[in-house]
Amino acid sequence: MDLAYSPEEEEFRARLREWLAKALPTLPPKPSPDDWPGRRAYDLGWQRMLHDAGYAGLHWPVDAGGQGATPTRQLIFLEETENAGAPYVGANFVGLLHAGPTIAAEGTPGQRARWLPPVLRGEEVWCQGFSEPDAGSDLAALRTRACRDGDDYVVTGSKIWTSHAEVADWCELLVRTDPDAPKHRGITWLALPMDAPGITVRPLRTLAGSAEFAEVFLDEVRVPVANRVGDENDGWRVTMVTLSFERGTAFVGEVVACRRVLGELARTARENGRWDDPVLRRRLGRLNAEFRALWRLTQWNVSEAEASGGVPGVGGSVFKLRYSHARQELYDAAADVLGPDCLDLDREWTLDRLSSLSYTIAAGTSQIQRNIVAERILGLPKGR
Amino acid sequence: MRFRLTEDQRALRDGVRGLLTRRFDREALWAAVAAPGLDRVLWRELGAAGFFALRLPEADGGVGLGLPEAVLAFEEAGRVLLPGPLVATHLAAGAVPGAATGETVVAAVDGGLVEWLAEADVVRGEAAGAVPLRSVDPLTPLHRVAAVGSPDSVAVLLTAAEQLGTATRACELAVQHARTREQFGQPIGAFQAVKHLCAEMLVRAETARAAVYAAAVTTDPVDIAAARLLADEAAVHGTRDCLQVHGGMGFTWESEVHLHLKRAWVRSQRGSANTESEEILAADLAG
Ligand SMILES: Cc1cc2nc3c(=O)[nH]c(=O)nc-3n(C[C@H](O)[C@H](O)[C@H](O)COP(=O)(O)OP(=O)(O)OC[C@H]3O[C@@H](n4cnc5c(N)ncnc54)[C@H](O)[C@@H]3O)c2cc1C
Repeated sequence: MDLAYSPEEEEFRARLREWLAKALPTLPPKPSPDDWPGRRAYDLGWQRMLHDAGYAGLHWPVDAGGQGATPTRQLIFLEETENAGAPYVGANFVGLLHAGPTIAAEGTPGQRARWLPPVLRGEEVWCQGFSEPDAGSDLAALRTRACRDGDDYVVTGSKIWTSHAEVADWCELLVRTDPDAPKHRGITWLALPMDAPGITVRPLRTLAGSAEFAEVFLDEVRVPVANRVGDENDGWRVTMVTLSFERGTAFVGEVVACRRVLGELARTARENGRWDDPVLRRRLGRLNAEFRALWRLTQWNVSEAEASGGVPGVGGSVFKLRYSHARQELYDAAADVLGPDCLDLDREWTLDRLSSLSYTIAAGTSQIQRNIVAERILGLPKGR
Repeated sequence: MRFRLTEDQRALRDGVRGLLTRRFDREALWAAVAAPGLDRVLWRELGAAGFFALRLPEADGGVGLGLPEAVLAFEEAGRVLLPGPLVATHLAAGAVPGAATGETVVAAVDGGLVEWLAEADVVRGEAAGAVPLRSVDPLTPLHRVAAVGSPDSVAVLLTAAEQLGTATRACELAVQHARTREQFGQPIGAFQAVKHLCAEMLVRAETARAAVYAAAVTTDPVDIAAARLLADEAAVHGTRDCLQVHGGMGFTWESEVHLHLKRAWVRSQRGSANTESEEILAADLAG
C-alpha cells in the first residue's frame, strides 16, 4: 500500500501544473449557462488547447491517437485540472468517455481514423442516444427500429434524456435490428450524424430550468451500414464496454471539487455564525470523513485498474453509489449553512443542490447500482 | 502510487487468516462464550506468530513491519471475533516486558472502560476504583473507571481495523444466509429489499476499507478520525443489517450474529466519543 507518486508521476504533475498556469489565463470568458452554442465552442476550444499541449485522450490507447497514460496519470490530470479551476470536460463528455473509447475498442481502422481524431482535436461533439421513453433502467427494452435497406439502415423511433443533443454532431445510437431475438441480442450500435434528414430535436427543460437534455425523434433516418460499430445485433456487448468507462474515473474531478466546496462551506459557516452550532459543525466534519474516504476509494480503484491492465472494475458501482448520495448530502448541508439564502437561485450552491439530484438517476439509478453490486459482486440470485 | 495490497501484505493477511481459522474456529468461539476467560495458550501462540511484536523493530526482537501490516492483522482478528485485550497488548510490546511474546497480558484504560481487567497481568492507565460491569458482550469482560484516558491514535486506528473486519464478516454472513434461506419459493437474496441491504453493507465496508488503509499509510490524525467514523458506521450498521437479513434466527443466542453486533458496540466506545472525531474533522476544514 503506497500513496506516494513516483518521480515520473510527480514530474508529469509539475509539467501539467506549469502548463495550466500559462494556459488558463488565455481562455475566453465563460459563456452563460443557457448559451449552449457558446458552451459548445468553449468546451471544444479547451479540448483543442489540451490537444495542442499533448494532453488529449490521455487515457486512450496510443494506436487510437491517445497517450496510453496509466490510470494514475489520468488521476493526476483530473486532480490538477480541477485544482487549477480548468473547464470541465463538458460537451466532450460522450466523445471522450463513451463513444470514443467504444470506437477505439470495437471500430475498424477506417472508423477509428474517421471519428477519433476530431474528438481529440476538439472538432466534433458526440451525444448518447441510449434511453427511450419506455427503456430507461431496462435499457435492453429499447424499441427504436433499424431496418436494412441496401447500404443503409432506415431508423425510426425516439430517444429521450439525450444530453447535449442540440449541439452534437454525432450520436452513439442504440437501435433494434432484430425484434424477434431475445432483447439483449437484437441491438446494434450506430454512429448517427445529427444533421441527417428526419431528425427532430426537442429540448427538455430540467428542474434547474436549463435545457441540458432533449428528446430526439427519428423518422426514417438513413444511416449508412458503414456507420455500424461491431456486428449487427452485437450492440449490447459493444455498449457494455462504454458503460464501464463511464463508471471508471468519471468522477475524480468532482470529488476534488466537493472537497473544495466543503472547505468553502466551513468558511461561510464561520462568517455567518452557523459554525457555532455543534450539530451542523459535526455534520460538516462527517462529510469531511466521507469525501476523504471517497478520494481514497478513487485511488484504490485506480490502483486496482492499473494492476488489471486499465480495465475499470466493478468497484465503480460501489463508488458511484456512495458518491452520488454523499454529493446530495453535501448540498443539503450547504443549504443549512446558507439558511434562507439557500432558496436564492443566484447562489451557486442552490443550482448545484438541484443538479445533485440527478446523480442518483443518471448513468444507472442507485437502485440499479445496488442490483449490480448485489448480483455481480456479492453473487446474490436474480429475482423472478 | 500503488494503493493496493503488495504480495507480502497479501501473504501476511492470508497467514493470519490461516492461523486464526485453525486456532479460533466456530467451535472455539462457542467454547469461549460458554466458558469466558482468556486462553493463555492461544495468547502465547499469537505472540509467537508475531501478532504483538509486529511493529517492533527487528533489533528489539520484533517483526519490524509497519502500521499497514498491523491493520491487516487486526482486521483478521476482528473478522473472527478473537477475544482479549489485543490492542492494549500490541501497543505495550516493547514497553511492558513479555507483552511482545504473549507471556504478559496487558489491558488499558480506554474511554472510561477497561477490557479484560481481571485477566490482565498489567493494566496501563488509571484503573484504581474500577467497578465491574455486566458486559453486554459475552466475550469482553468490562470494568468501568472514572478516568477516560487520552486516546492513543494507533489504538483508534487498530480498533477501526477490527471494525472493518467485523463489517466485512457481517456482509459475508448476510450474503451466505440470503443465498440459502428460501421463502416464497426462492432464496430471500433474490428479493430486492434484501439484496439492497447487502449491497449497502458492502458499500459501507469498502468505503471504510479505503479510509482505514489510507490512514495506516499516512498516520495523519485527521485521516485516523475519518477511518474511525466510517469503520464504526460500517460495523455497527452492518451487524444490525446482518441481523435483519437473518430474521428471527438473527435474534437468537445460538446465531453468531449478535456476537459480532455486541463486539462492534464495545469497540465503538473506545477512544474518545464519536463527536470528538467529528470535531477533529470539522477543525480540519476550518483550519
Ligand atoms: C441529467 C441526466 C442526463 C442524462 N443523459 C442521458 C444521455 O445523455 N443519454 C441517455 O441515453 N440517457 C441519459 N439519461 C437517462 C438515464 O440514463 C435514465 O434516466 C436512467 O437510466 C433511468 O431511467 P428512467 O429515467 O427511465 O427511469 P426508470 O427506469 O423508469 O426508473 C424509475 C424508478 O424505478 C426504479 N427502478 C427501475 N427499474 C428497477 C429495478 N429493476 N429495480 C429497482 N428499481 C428499479 C429506478 O431506480 C427509479 O427509481 C440522463 C438522465 C439524467 C437525469
